[in-house]
Amino acid sequence: MSTTYETSSPGTYGAYALADCWTMTRRELAHWARQPVQVAVGLIFPVMLLLMFGYLIGGGRGVEGAYVDFLVPGMLALTMAFGLEGTMLAVTQDLNKGVIDRFRSMPMANGAVLVGRSAADMLQSGLGLAALIGVGYAIGWRPHGGPGAFLGAVGLLLLFRFAMLWIGIELALVAGKPEMVQAVQILVWPVGFLSNAFATPDSMPGWLGTAVEWNPMSQTATAVRDLFGGPGGEPGHLWAAAIWPLGLLAVFFPLAVRRFGRLSV
Amino acid sequence: MADAAITVEGARKRYGDKQALDGLDLLVGRGTVHGVLGPNGAGKTTLVRILSTLLRPDGGRVEVAGHDVVREAGRVRLRIGLLGQHAALDEELGGRQNLEMFGRLHHLRARHARVRADQLLERFGLADTGRKAVKRYSGGMRRRLDLAASLVTDPEVLFLDEPTTGLDPRGRTEVWASVRSLVGGGTTVLLTTQYLEEADQLADRISVVDHGRVIADGTADELKARTGGDRIDVVLRDGGQLGAAVALLPFPAEGVSVDTDRRLLSAPVTDRMTALAGAVRALEEAGIEAEDIALRRPTLDEVFLHLTGDDHRVKEAA
Ligand SMILES: Nc1ncnc2c1ncn2[C@@H]1O[C@H](COP(=O)(O)OP(=O)(O)O)[C@@H](O)[C@H]1O
Ligand SMILES: [Mg+2]
Repeated sequence: MSTTYETSSPGTYGAYALADCWTMTRRELAHWARQPVQVAVGLIFPVMLLLMFGYLIGGGRGVEGAYVDFLVPGMLALTMAFGLEGTMLAVTQDLNKGVIDRFRSMPMANGAVLVGRSAADMLQSGLGLAALIGVGYAIGWRPHGGPGAFLGAVGLLLLFRFAMLWIGIELALVAGKPEMVQAVQILVWPVGFLSNAFATPDSMPGWLGTAVEWNPMSQTATAVRDLFGGPGGEPGHLWAAAIWPLGLLAVFFPLAVRRFGRLSV
Repeated sequence: MADAAITVEGARKRYGDKQALDGLDLLVGRGTVHGVLGPNGAGKTTLVRILSTLLRPDGGRVEVAGHDVVREAGRVRLRIGLLGQHAALDEELGGRQNLEMFGRLHHLRARHARVRADQLLERFGLADTGRKAVKRYSGGMRRRLDLAASLVTDPEVLFLDEPTTGLDPRGRTEVWASVRSLVGGGTTVLLTTQYLEEADQLADRISVVDHGRVIADGTADELKARTGGDRIDVVLRDGGQLGAAVALLPFPAEGVSVDTDRRLLSAPVTDRMTALAGAVRALEEAGIEAEDIALRRPTLDEVFLHLTGDDHRVKEAA
């Protein structure tokens, strides 16, 4: 072969880490482009949950004020929590594909695969939030805080999603096989529903109420309700809603990065 | 060897209580094709994964293109291409998308990555399938794309782990042609296989591996000479005549093996044509009817049995 191309010189490939992350993010987006239906289903599912709880199941035990103003922030937080499953499934599927071996034998930044995954998942979560907020508007929900509070709420939700994302990656690396994801789903659902997404902890039996109150997802939901100025919000929860995800990240981010680096060695 | 592209000294790797590599030595000269021949479980994939920085050896010295695979993995990765035992492609994406992505990850500029992808698709006869998702490719096409992906930046050293296992004869011939076309370009190739014929077709030198160590090495001819070279197989219509046939055929009796169930006798030969003509004439003169007479290379089995000193087939015949 006679053609030569400019490539990185030895030892400098660390400088290309950003480019690698971008390449891996584009890979995820290319997957979306090839499977638009799957992406759409991922967005529609939480919307259906919202409509189901809003119209069919009703509920809102212990809620003062409009239930929709209580429910929408709860659903936003719940959707962020359930994102963990999607991340886990995607990571386990990816790791069991041969292409990971090629990535690992190339002069690319080690964590770029994970960064691509998280960028795509965060983008999808952003779209999911937008879809839910749009449908929430359509069924009569209104945020009552200012634009700053609105952005703050979205920021807290995405921060929570980011923490869920790295928990998902770590669990995926531990589980290893896509079949194991089902086992974890069984765990994620009670954590999602043992929260204040649909009802206030006050309306629950003592021990359950306590568990629900301590659920990190409840912290985010409560803070978001406060920022949106709806029922169920408590001003003091902003800190808890920021510290819980940051604490989870401080544990799971390094765990996941280390475990990924040690894969198959 | 001063000009070695691959140096392996006493490489060890253990999985649980399974010693996959047990002090393996290997020296591959620059620009040569080296075959690593061994049965399933011999340690071939383990060796390739260590050479391509995917796996850390427990011990020993392993250098590729002059760099240590553990301490200088980054430098090694800049210089190698890998065709693993299983396809290492993004199945959801198209062929061109795959090659462009790998080009970008080798830090080619966007335009170069595109041009390179087109060149490779063209060269491997995949130009008109560039958009189709890889999961819809045939086995042979997938293997060729995989090979193309390992060549995105003209690697100094290329690893091919059982490149044709699972392919039909046509796919196999295609891959062989592709590998041959590389050799002129000065790339060093390390190829693992279970087929003596494949090593024979492609490799300059062969290391026979078993239980994680090299049990013999040399050129294909040297190995075959040690095994007794080519063989002739004669299948008789009447199994009862096998004894008579062994007595009158012009082959040295000690190498002949007899399989009564299959009415088959098999013997090593030195000159293929003389042996064939001699056998046909001798059987005709004696009025013994043959169903089939064929010349063949020794199988890996036979090379193996010979090298491991387990010559029970020959004993059976005596
Ligand atoms: N990840 C693994 N865990 C446990 N044993 C393994 C693993 N990979 C390979 N082995 C064992 O190591 C030996 C060598 O395997 P391998 O290198 O794949 O051989 P080959 O490629 O020649 O068929 C085999 O006995 C195999 O069962
Ligand atoms: Mg193998």
